[in-house]
Amino acid sequence: MSVRRLAEKQPASFEFTLENQAWAAAEITKYPESRQASAVIPLLWRAQAQHDYWLPQKAIEKVAEVLSMPYIRVLEIATFYSMFNLEPVGKHFVQLCGTTPCALRGAEELKKVCASRIGEQRHVTADGNFSWLEVECLGACSNAPMVQINDEYYEDLTPDSLNKLLDDLAAGRPVKVGSQTGRVSSEPEPNKGTTLSDPALYDGSVVGSWKQRFEESMAAAAVAAAEKK
Amino acid sequence: MSKISIDGQVIDVPPEYTLLQACEEAGAEIPRFCFHERLSIAGNCRMCLVEVKGGPPKPTASCAMAVRDLRPGPNGEPPVVLTNSPMAKKAREGVMEFLLINHPLDCPICDQGGECDLQDQAMAYGVDSSRYAENKRAVEDKYIGPLVKTSMNRCIHCTRCVRFTAEVAGTGDMGAIGRGEDMEITTYLESAMTSELQGNITDLCPVGALLPKPQNFRARPWELQKTESIDVMDALGSAIRVDTRGREVMRILPRVNEAVNEEWISDKARQIVDGLKTQRLDRPYLRRNGKLTPATWGEAFAAIAAKVKAAAPGKIGALAGDLTSVEEMFALKRLIASLGSNNLDCRQDGSKLDPKNGRASYIFNSSVAGIDEADAILILGSNPRLEAPVLNARIRKRWLKGGVKIGLIGERANLTYDYSYIGAGPDSLADLISKPRDDSAKRPMIIVGQGALTRPDGAAVLAAAAKLAANQGVVGPEWNGFNILHTAASRVGGLDIGFVPGEGGFDASAMAKGGVEVLFSLGADEIDVAPGAFVIYVGTHGDRGAHRADVILPGAAYTEKSGLYVNTEGRVQLADRASFPPGDAREDWAILRALSDVLGHKLPFDSLSALRAALYAAYPHMAQIGEIAAGDGATLGALASGATDKAAFVNAVSDFYLTNPIARASAVMAECSALAKGRLQQAAE
Repeated sequence: MSVRRLAEKQPASFEFTLENQAWAAAEITKYPESRQASAVIPLLWRAQAQHDYWLPQKAIEKVAEVLSMPYIRVLEIATFYSMFNLEPVGKHFVQLCGTTPCALRGAEELKKVCASRIGEQRHVTADGNFSWLEVECLGACSNAPMVQINDEYYEDLTPDSLNKLLDDLAAGRPVKVGSQTGRVSSEPEPNKGTTLSDPALYDGSVVGSWKQRFEESMAAAAVAAAEKK
Repeated sequence: MSKISIDGQVIDVPPEYTLLQACEEAGAEIPRFCFHERLSIAGNCRMCLVEVKGGPPKPTASCAMAVRDLRPGPNGEPPVVLTNSPMAKKAREGVMEFLLINHPLDCPICDQGGECDLQDQAMAYGVDSSRYAENKRAVEDKYIGPLVKTSMNRCIHCTRCVRFTAEVAGTGDMGAIGRGEDMEITTYLESAMTSELQGNITDLCPVGALLPKPQNFRARPWELQKTESIDVMDALGSAIRVDTRGREVMRILPRVNEAVNEEWISDKARQIVDGLKTQRLDRPYLRRNGKLTPATWGEAFAAIAAKVKAAAPGKIGALAGDLTSVEEMFALKRLIASLGSNNLDCRQDGSKLDPKNGRASYIFNSSVAGIDEADAILILGSNPRLEAPVLNARIRKRWLKGGVKIGLIGERANLTYDYSYIGAGPDSLADLISKPRDDSAKRPMIIVGQGALTRPDGAAVLAAAAKLAANQGVVGPEWNGFNILHTAASRVGGLDIGFVPGEGGFDASAMAKGGVEVLFSLGADEIDVAPGAFVIYVGTHGDRGAHRADVILPGAAYTEKSGLYVNTEGRVQLADRASFPPGDAREDWAILRALSDVLGHKLPFDSLSALRAALYAAYPHMAQIGEIAAGDGATLGALASGATDKAAFVNAVSDFYLTNPIARASAVMAECSALAKGRLQQAAE
């Protein structure tokens, strides 16, 4: 995280599409009278989706006007949540998880891939296709390392598979969402044993091995105490 | 009431009290930064931590925990709060250490030094050295307007300023962007704040992050002489403290007066300080060959005496301005009467209020504190936000509490609260009169502004408002919600002492249009006097009145004299002298006394106390300082009704920042005014 400011280059205006206006009006009715401001996050989210996944100043002002809020209240929210992008992002916006589980499973390598292919963080490539950002845990630790590209998760990545993924996206080829190694959600990795049916789990050699150590040390202490007597 | 033990002392407090309030009740002092009595509870500074038994087993923020949320002990003992236990002390020391991690050590160059909460608390809970070797956080300073200078490295994120602008001022100017370490307090894209109460955030800021910009690096709090006084920038009469160094007024701060201004003052009250020093009249002037030239007091008096002696008594008149104290007006009235004239007026704006209709017809009868109890408010021909911003904040406070209907007849404006717009002029008022009584309102209130009363049909509008009041039960034996909101600090005092035309006398506009040959103007700057009359101007600033004058007698501004002012609710208040008038200028009453001697009609008082004694003898309620002599609501029914015309009400104040000569002399007010005008233009586009 760093200080988040509005982008320097801003569009001159922002207006919700007719469809989104109707959607926003319906969203606002979900909240009780005089609590319409509660719809601010859905509306900002919609504005961002409409505007190439980033929020310009005019969109923030528009949402404030729709909800009769002071501009600063909406700016507070837009700058607080890191999922609101305040600067232009690539057509494929890569959010790379760099938190501990992913880092242990090779996120550093993926960062190098992004840095070499896309360039600096928060920087859109010349063709407008890509930009990337290191983010905190996205909650897919069992499939680490992973990235989020726009609204989808791509998991169990290696530098090669990430490279291929980015190639496919750039070429407009269909890509596979989720695990890139073929496993379904977070089931055990293929050919990686039988996990819960592994007898080693139940003989005390893996799970509960601490208990044995504890018993041993207790016994040793008891012997020592007896000797002292 | 629930029992609670605080530091071993068991006390009885209402269950909705917070622990902090309960501790104060028990006499235990709790340090705090974010908590403020008049703002919502944020609970984010953590400085008020105490140890509790009967609640969570950890240090508890006492500002955010209510007494009723604590459990009694196993045998029904009252819950226990310890404010001085080792645990509480250690917790606060920890908080203080965190606060100081990023707070710069620039107290020697910080204007808050000496009156800084953080500095004071660090004496109690701070440590002598830092364990933090990393770089301190650096934050860009923000532009938030001409009145508040920011030094954002010092900010401890208490969010008092954010809550003040959102809750009390109602403009929502300030906010906190970003989060965590990157949180920054700012306005929207560093635009200037729009509130007329924005200066108050410099008082609220517990550190030196928000400081009054015009007072930047001018004085240290301990070298200032503090004088309690009364503000005269509007008719509310806010309690202020004037801080002087030597003869110079350095700053003006609010004092707490729950009945009037709570603890806020408007920006005009606070920041006209530079206006007290510029454009001042510091010697008498005499118009010779069409040009004002410096003169001695003797020459000036001789010129006046010659003119007065040549004029017929009926051709002598006097006008009182908006900033004059009761004593001066009383002395001038005596002088004019002794000259045989009854051409007097203190209503230079042409207001049709008249003391002959009884005191209830020209004061804010419900009192300002009465706004807190009102359940229906009709504002008539007024923009209270510009005419009395602190009073407007009180209406907003009432509105926030809920259960009040607010209506407006007059110019549409952003008053910082919702109201239903009823109409623009007297016709809408007439429609309301014909409606049946609204029984849902138990304590209805009508606020009549000067915009409704300074018109030719002002008396008829007043009578119509009184009729509406009678129809709607606004005036009753226990509740009188018929309120006049004045714009001039001197007005109620002037009306109280009858500074209005006597039998057959000319009123202000008749005098200004050439009804008199000799006109005494006691700081009357808001009226154009037609050529012809010989104008004697007693005042403080080289403003409109002085430019028209033939003789200028330099007087004392409100900070330079001791004087009584009666505020819009009829409360008599004493403004004390904090400083001295510049140069040859004298206190106005003394000028009038000396002049009366030259004119051969010596006023019978040689000192201010003798003048006051005469004043109190003539008007006993003036002696009741701080009190309101209530008006008799029954007299309101006797107002003579008349025909109203169709013209819409026009507010009395269009430019909040430039309503009087002191404000017009102030560069700070000029800057604020230009900004406000720019905003208006932008809004119109």
